[in-house]
Amino acid sequence: MIKFENVYKQYHNGHTVLKNLNLHCKEGEITVFIGPSGCGKTTTMKLINRLIDPTKGRVLVNDADISTISPVKLRRSIGYVIQHVGLFPHMTIADNVAVVPRLLEWDEERTQKRVDELLEMVRLAPNTYRNRYPSELSGGQQQRIGVIRAFAAEQSIILMDEPFSALDPISREQLQDELIHLQKDIKKTIIFVTHDMDEALRIADKIVLMRGGKILQEGTPEEILRRPANDFVKNFIGKKRLAQFEAIPESEEVMTRKPVTILPSKGLAESIKIMERKQVDSLIVVDANDRLQGYITIYDVIQQFRDESKRVGDIMHTFEHVISPDTLLNQTIDLMDEHKLPYVPVVKKDQTLIGLVTRGSIVGHLSDIYSTNGNEGS
Amino acid sequence: MEYIKIFATRGSDLFSAMIQHLIISGTALLLGIIVAVPLGIYLVKTKHTWLRTIAFSITNVFQTIPSLALLAILIPLIGIGKFPAIVALFLYSLLPILRNTYSGFESIDESIIEAARGMGYDGRQRLFRIELPLAIPYLMSGIRLTTIYIISWATLATLIGAGGLGELIYGGLSVYDKPLIFASSITTMILAIVIDFLLGLLEKFLTKQTTSREQSA
Repeated sequence: MIKFENVYKQYHNGHTVLKNLNLHCKEGEITVFIGPSGCGKTTTMKLINRLIDPTKGRVLVNDADISTISPVKLRRSIGYVIQHVGLFPHMTIADNVAVVPRLLEWDEERTQKRVDELLEMVRLAPNTYRNRYPSELSGGQQQRIGVIRAFAAEQSIILMDEPFSALDPISREQLQDELIHLQKDIKKTIIFVTHDMDEALRIADKIVLMRGGKILQEGTPEEILRRPANDFVKNFIGKKRLAQFEAIPESEEVMTRKPVTILPSKGLAESIKIMERKQVDSLIVVDANDRLQGYITIYDVIQQFRDESKRVGDIMHTFEHVISPDTLLNQTIDLMDEHKLPYVPVVKKDQTLIGLVTRGSIVGHLSDIYSTNGNEGS
Repeated sequence: MEYIKIFATRGSDLFSAMIQHLIISGTALLLGIIVAVPLGIYLVKTKHTWLRTIAFSITNVFQTIPSLALLAILIPLIGIGKFPAIVALFLYSLLPILRNTYSGFESIDESIIEAARGMGYDGRQRLFRIELPLAIPYLMSGIRLTTIYIISWATLATLIGAGGLGELIYGGLSVYDKPLIFASSITTMILAIVIDFLLGLLEKFLTKQTTSREQSA
C-alpha cells in the first residue's frame, strides 16, 4: 500500500510540479498515472523510490514514512521498470535479471533458479537466452527482460515508467496482455505511468488523471469513462472512446420502471387478483420500504392455494442475480443468457428495487433506437 | 651488415637504455592514469561546471606547449635528470586520458544510470559495476594513445639528462654513427609498436564482455 499525504514538490528554480497531492494506491492493484507531459505523473512515481524527495508532505509505503528509510535499501525493495529499458549492455541477460538478488546477496543457486523461472514466465527459453547480451534481443524481448528484472527479488511493489512506450504497437499490446496475465497470478502493487489512454483503460484497476501537478480525477476505468470530471478529462479520454462507451446503454435506461410488486404479508388470493389484473405470471416481493425480498410465480400460488394460512412471504423464492442501475446492457444480456433468466431486477446499493430488465424491455429499448431513426423515444 | 652487428655489439647498452626508457614513460603514464582517471570521473559527476572548464583549460595548456620547450623550462624549476622528464611526460599524459575518461563516462546512456540508481546500486557499486566497465573502451583508447605519445617524447628527455633510448639516438647523431642511429631508432619504434600491441590485448581482455554489444535503439 502506498499513500501520499499533502505532498508538494518544488524545484530549485521555483517551479512547483506537485501541489498538495493526496493519493492512496491499494495493495495488489495496478494504479495508472496518466496525464499530458509535465503533469507530474513521473515525479509522483519517483517519489515512491526516493529518486525524488518531496519538498513538503509524506509518502508512506506499507505505513512506513519512506523518508526514514535509506534510499538504497528502499529501492532494492521496490521493482523499477524504466521507459528506455535501461538493461546493462555489458551484462548477460541472466546477470541483468539477477542484479537486485545479487545486491541483496541471495545465494547463487537461488538467484539462478529465480532467473530461469522469470525467463520462463515471459516465454524466453532460459537455455537460449540466459547467456545472451541485451543487444542480441529485439526491442520487445528487451523490455520483457526489463519487466522481469523488476520482479526478480520478489518485490511487492513495482514502479513502471512508460515501460512500453518505445515499442511498436503489436509488441506493446502483447506486453500489456502479458502484464495483465502476470498480474492475475502475482498480485503486485503496480504503479504504472503512461500518456496512452488506451493503455491505461486496458490495464488499470485505478486510473489517476493528473494535470499541472494536481489530480483531476481518480477512479476505475469505468468510472472515468462514465463520469469524466470535466471537459479536460473528456478531451483527454477522447470523443471516440467516450462515444464507444456511451453507445452501450446502462440497465437503468432499459428497465421497466414500475414492476408489479407485492408485500410479503399479503395473502395468496390477493396475489392472484393482482396477477390477473396486471396480466403477469409472477410478482416481485418487496417490503414496505421497497427493499427487494424475492418473487412468486403463478404456479407456486396455485399449488399452495388451498392452504389459507400461507402468505406471500412463505412461498416466495429469492433472487440469485440482481444488477445495479449502471450495469451495462451487454453485461445484463450476458447474465440473462447464461442463467436463462426471463428477467432480472435492478436494485440500488441498499437493495431498493427500482426496476426490472425483462426480455420485453430490452426489445422495447432496441426498437426505440432502430425503428424511429434516431428519434429517442421512451 | 654493420646494421645487424650493432645489435650484438651494443646489445646490452640498447637493452638497458630501453629499460630506462620504459621506466620513464611507464612512471609518467601511471601517474597520469592515477591523476586523470579519478579527476575525469569527478568532473563528470560534479555539478560545478566551472571546475570542468578550469581542469580542461589547464591540461589543454600543457598539451599545447611544445615538448622541447616544456622539457627545457623544467630545468630551472626542478633541475635535470629523470625526475623532471617524468614530470613533463606526466603533464602531457593528463589531457588525453582526462578527455577520454570524461567522454567515456559521458557516453553512458542516461537510462542505464537511472536504472542502476532505481534498482538500488549505491554510488560505489554503480561506479565499479556499471559505469567503469562501460567506460573502459574509451578509457583504454585514451591510455593507448597517450602511451605512444609518451614513448616517442621520452626520446627527447635525454636532452635534460634523463637517459633512455633518446641518449643513444643523440649520441649516434653527434658522432654520425649510422648503425647506432639505426639500431636505437629501430628499437624505439619496435618498443612503441609492441607496447601498443600489448595494450590492445589488455583492452580486448577488459572489454571482452562488452565487445558483443552494438548500441541498439
